[in-house]
Amino acid sequence: MRHCSVVRGFSLCLSILGLWLVTSGPRPAWAGTPVEPQNMGGHTSVDTAEEQTFDPSKVILHHIADAHDWHLYDHTDAEGMIHPVSIPLPVLLWCQGTLHTMMSSAFDHGHARPVSKGLTFQMDEHGHISEASGLRVLDFSITKNVASMLISVVLLVLIFGSVARSYTRSEQRLPGGMARFLEPIILFVRDDIARPNIGEHRYQRYMPYLLTAFFFIWINNLLGLLPTGANLTGNIAVSLVLAVFTMVITNWSGNKHYWGHIFKPHVPLWLYPIMVPVELVGIISKPIALTIRLFANITAGHIIILSLISLIFIFKSMAMAPVSLAFVLFMECLEMLVAVLQAYVFTLLSALFIGLATAEPEPNEHH
Amino acid sequence: MDLVTPQLGLLVWPALSFLLLLLVLRKFAWKPILDSVNERDAQIRQALDAAKDAREAMVRLQADNEQLMAQARAERDQLLTEAKKTRDHLLSEARSKAEEEGKRLLDLARQEIENERKATFTEVRNLVATLSVDVAEKLLRKELHKDEAQEAYLQQQLRELNIPAR
Repeated sequence: MRHCSVVRGFSLCLSILGLWLVTSGPRPAWAGTPVEPQNMGGHTSVDTAEEQTFDPSKVILHHIADAHDWHLYDHTDAEGMIHPVSIPLPVLLWCQGTLHTMMSSAFDHGHARPVSKGLTFQMDEHGHISEASGLRVLDFSITKNVASMLISVVLLVLIFGSVARSYTRSEQRLPGGMARFLEPIILFVRDDIARPNIGEHRYQRYMPYLLTAFFFIWINNLLGLLPTGANLTGNIAVSLVLAVFTMVITNWSGNKHYWGHIFKPHVPLWLYPIMVPVELVGIISKPIALTIRLFANITAGHIIILSLISLIFIFKSMAMAPVSLAFVLFMECLEMLVAVLQAYVFTLLSALFIGLATAEPEPNEHH
Repeated sequence: MDLVTPQLGLLVWPALSFLLLLLVLRKFAWKPILDSVNERDAQIRQALDAAKDAREAMVRLQADNEQLMAQARAERDQLLTEAKKTRDHLLSEARSKAEEEGKRLLDLARQEIENERKATFTEVRNLVATLSVDVAEKLLRKELHKDEAQEAYLQQQLRELNIPAR
C-alpha cells in the first residue's frame, strides 16, 4: 500500500502537469482576444461567421465548460444576425461586502455591462465576470452546472423519497414501483461495495454517504448526456468537492492504527523524514486521484461525442451526418455505461479508503 | 472558463447541496429503505426458519404416526391372536364337553340297552321256564296217565332224592 501511494502520488503530479501543458501549452483558439467576433454567443452577421473557419476545439470546450446561462440553440433573424437563445440564470456576485444579484440576460452575452448598487460588471467571452474598475469579485452565480445539479438534487429527493414511501407503505416491506429497479442497485452498493471494503461491523455508518455519492454521480452523469445537458461531474470543481467529502470522512474516521501508520511507520528512524511526508502526500493524493478520474472520464466522453458531431461541420456535408450519428449513438451507449461505471468506481474507492482508515490491525500483523 | 481551474461558485454550491442532499436522503430515504430491507431480510430468515421447523415437526409427526401405526398393528395382531386362542380354547372346550356328553349319552344308552337286554333275557327265560313247565306238565300229564308210570316215577324221584330205603 505504501509503495502504491508513492507511485500514485508521483504519477498524479505528472498527469496534472501534463494536463496543464495540454490545456495551456498550444494556446487554444478560444483564448483569443475578446474583441474578435465570436462564433458562439455573440451577435455576428452570417457573412462573417461563414467566412470564419469552423474551430471544433473552441466549440467543444465551450460546450463542456460551465456557463452563466443555459444555452439552447442559435437563431438567425431576417437581417442575418445570429441570436443565441438561452435560459437566463441568476448571477450572484459578492463585491465590496455586498451581494449583487441580476439575471445572466443582463449581460446580453457579454455585450452589456449591468450596473448594480453603483458597481459596473462585465463578462468576457469565457464567462468570467469582473468589476469594471478591477475590484475583487466573488462569483456565486447559479450557473448552468449549479442549476443542473439543483435539478438532480430535486430528482434524487423525489425518486428516493418515493422509493422509501413504497417500502413503508407495504406491510411485508416489499419494494414497489421504482424501488423494484433501484433496490438491487442499493443492495449492490451495500453488499458489493460497502460490506467487503469497510467490513461487516462498520459499514452501516458509511452507507448514507456511499449511496448518496453513487446516485448523485450517476444521475448527474446521465443528465450530462442529455442534449443541452450540463457537464457537471466532468467539472473539476464538482469532482473535487466530492473527493474532499471522501477525504474528510476517511480522515475523520481514521483510527489509531491508521494515524500510527502515517506518523509512526514501522521503518528505521532515519527513514522518517522521507516516509512521513510520503504518507502525508498519500492523504492528499487519494482525493486528487478521485477528482481527476471522475473529471477526466466524464469530460473525455463529452469531448468525444462533441468531436464526432463536429465532424459534420468539419466536412461541411450532410452525408457525414449519418456516419457521425451512428458513432455518436455508439458513444452515447458507451457513455451510459461509463456513467454508472464512474459512479461505481468513485463509490468503490471511497469505500476502500474508508475501509483502510478504519481497519483494525490483524493480531499477527508484521511490518 | 478554464477546464482545470475550479471556480468558487462550483465549489460552494455543490458542497452545500451535496451536504444537504446527504442529510435529507439519510433521514428520509436511506434509513427507511435500509431498515425496510433489513426488516424484510429478518422476516424472510424468520419465515425460512419457521418453514424448517415446520418441516422438522412434520418429519417428527410422520415418525410418530408410523410408530403409532406400528403399535396399533401390533396391538391388532395381539388381539387377533388372543381372539384366536380364545376361540380355539372355547372350541376345544365345547368339543370336549360335547364328547363327554356324547359319551355319557352313549353310556346311558348302552346301559339302557343292557337293561333292556337283561329284562328281555329274563322275560325270555321266564317264558322258556313257563313253557318248559307247561311242556313238562303236558309231558308229565301224558306220561303219568297210567298208574304204574306214576308209581315208577315216584320211585325214581325218591331214588333220586336218595332217601334210604327202610
